[in-house]
Amino acid sequence: MLSRTADNMFWMGRYMERADATARLIEMGYRMAMLPGSNEMDEWRSVAAASGSAPDIAEAKSLKAGDVVGRLLLDSENLSSIRSCLTSARANGRAIRTALTQDMWEALNDGWRQLGQMDAETALRNLPSLLEWTKNRTAAFRGASEISLLRNDGYFFLRLGGLIERADMTLRLLDVKYYVLLPETDVVGGGRDYHQWTSVLRATSALRAYHHVYRGDYSPWGIADFLILNAIFPRSLNFCYRSIAHYLDEIDKLYGETHPCQRTARDMVARLESLGIEQLFQNGLHEFVSEAIETTRRLGGEISRAYHF
Amino acid sequence: MFSEMYADSGSVRAPYEKVAEWVAAAGVDLLKLRQNEAEAIFRKIGITFAVYGEGGDPERLIPFDLIPRVFGASEWRRLSRGIKQRTRALNAFLYDVYHRGEILRAGVIPEELVYRNAAFLPDMIGVDPPGRVYSHIVGVDIVRTDGDSFQVLEDNCRTPSGVSYMLENREIMMRMFPQLFHAGIVEAVDSYPVQLKRTLEEVAPIKCDDDPTVVLLTPGSLNSAYYEHSFLADLMGIELVEPQDLFIQNGLCWMRTTRGPHRVDVIYRRIDDTYIDPLAFKPDSLLGVPGLFNVYRSGGVTLCSAPGSGVADDKAIYVFVPDMIKFYLGEKPLLDNVPTWRCAAADDLSYVLSNLKDLVVKRVHGSGGYGMLIGPHATKKEIDAFRAKIKANPGEFIAQPTLDLSTAPILGGDGIEQRHVDFRPYCLVGKEIRLTPGGLTRVALKKGSLVVNSSQGGGVKDTWILAD
Repeated sequence: MLSRTADNMFWMGRYMERADATARLIEMGYRMAMLPGSNEMDEWRSVAAASGSAPDIAEAKSLKAGDVVGRLLLDSENLSSIRSCLTSARANGRAIRTALTQDMWEALNDGWRQLGQMDAETALRNLPSLLEWTKNRTAAFRGASEISLLRNDGYFFLRLGGLIERADMTLRLLDVKYYVLLPETDVVGGGRDYHQWTSVLRATSALRAYHHVYRGDYSPWGIADFLILNAIFPRSLNFCYRSIAHYLDEIDKLYGETHPCQRTARDMVARLESLGIEQLFQNGLHEFVSEAIETTRRLGGEISRAYHF
Repeated sequence: MFSEMYADSGSVRAPYEKVAEWVAAAGVDLLKLRQNEAEAIFRKIGITFAVYGEGGDPERLIPFDLIPRVFGASEWRRLSRGIKQRTRALNAFLYDVYHRGEILRAGVIPEELVYRNAAFLPDMIGVDPPGRVYSHIVGVDIVRTDGDSFQVLEDNCRTPSGVSYMLENREIMMRMFPQLFHAGIVEAVDSYPVQLKRTLEEVAPIKCDDDPTVVLLTPGSLNSAYYEHSFLADLMGIELVEPQDLFIQNGLCWMRTTRGPHRVDVIYRRIDDTYIDPLAFKPDSLLGVPGLFNVYRSGGVTLCSAPGSGVADDKAIYVFVPDMIKFYLGEKPLLDNVPTWRCAAADDLSYVLSNLKDLVVKRVHGSGGYGMLIGPHATKKEIDAFRAKIKANPGEFIAQPTLDLSTAPILGGDGIEQRHVDFRPYCLVGKEIRLTPGGLTRVALKKGSLVVNSSQGGGVKDTWILAD
């Protein structure tokens, strides 16, 4: 496969995942800001911070929902806004049109101009349906690639891009919200904390899943365990890294070449398997998350070097 | 004016019976609804075409008209023989002018028209392309002025575009109106990509000793015909490469892949000669693959079409194609040219200058309907301005009578209306000559307009060749 094709597949996967994750993040902010007793500004501030693409807003003295939504949903200057992500993913797809199936292309192409002419006010008014629309777009794309794309290197690079982005997003959310999960803040019965914790789950669409695994007992340990160490929750760090290692191995099988990126992924998996959540908190959640963010960033670079893109 | 659908008596011509029946049964209102549906499908699939110099939307749709244009089986037989004949002569001409130049020595074509032609590439002299094929895909633009005669308006020997519309228009018609095709009355066009791939494989270079790797070279996704490039590469199952994906090493051409370099044998290039190789042609060009032309000349890779093929489809050379057919094939031309005056010749020039208001004047090297004068539709001021241009540089222009192009029915604002059409079939040349029964019908959607170019408000139609 052309290196350029691999490059575009990888980034298409990343951008679609980022659009999806950003929609979920905004959804969380929207919901939290409506709750009684919440500090609307703080909620939107953490959304801006977790997105990683609006540090100025996150640090601004005062901010409004419209600022954050404008930046994260519509701003074409912000390369991580939903609009930019959908446009970039489409441009990636268009540049390698032959590597996509018709279904995938239609999913990318359908309605991509939708956000082009919208202003922040209109977007805010229609926020729930716009976020729903975004999630549908990304789901349609994911579904189309799942059922129609050949399981060869193109598919593997697409999935790798998506998984790295997803791991990164979960980590950044933990990075912003880690203080909520620190043991000191574990004040039993505090309604605020309850909402704070659930918000973290909500942003990763993990609320129901968490119930199934932990029987509704919200605790910072449980939540951190779920998002970092759980092996079956598809947004957990563990799941993402196992899948990354798996797809890198698949490419290795196909090409018969071993590269440093495989090592990096496997090391992380081994570390996550051996760690217990108590140990993780003992060593410092924040330190762990920062390190993992750095490792994920490095891994992306190692992959592109290994396959010449 | 010849009508494709109606005979002079007002009755429906035989090839159109099925279409007329269908239009009558469906009714205009329903068809209009379906037309909108078709447009939505085109938009969704992403079949777009950018127009240079117009600004605006870089991904514009070419208007699609639902009512097919139909050729009867016997009409097609005649056309098909004529197209293949012309294609053979054009390739023979290209081989000749890059070798001994017999046709020039014999005085059939003036030497300066070839040797001083901007599209003539001296670097190609003595080069032997595989199978002596220069132009592997020839698009012949054909118009009809009455029931008996088809005339060739121009030849396209470099990289004729539009074949994706032949395939997609049919696809859409079959998707929306499957019942029309049930009886098998229409010849299928979907074998085109397979035939194109076979053609390209047949011209593998001498240094290729394995199954040839064929790629399609595109300037990139900003090119106006990018959709077509990706569409064809996809249907042929070959890589769609951009110049930066290719490089030269050890006298061979390679593409960069995730597993390291992979050798390339045949390049179906959809970029102009001058952008193939900055070392050979345009040192200041950022496009192209440095060293590619040398590898081509030494038989390391095949370029389709061959560099320098443009000298055969130049409008000044066009005048001589019937002579080429006689000269190389010893046959009588089966398709006529449109009468053409070459402004380079003194007699022709004076005729042209005094009859500008009745003539169509085109640039010798121009294409796409740009920079031309349509006498009957031009103001006096425009004509005078053009006259000055011709006088300043007569060799740059040719003139043709305003043709009374045939008309075909379209679905217009007021129901079924008649508009002028032309036709471009795509003839493939490898070890043998292949012609898919079909082509692209372009239609001038503006009432009374004779310009069918999509850049000037033209649309497209599905084209049916009826089975015997």
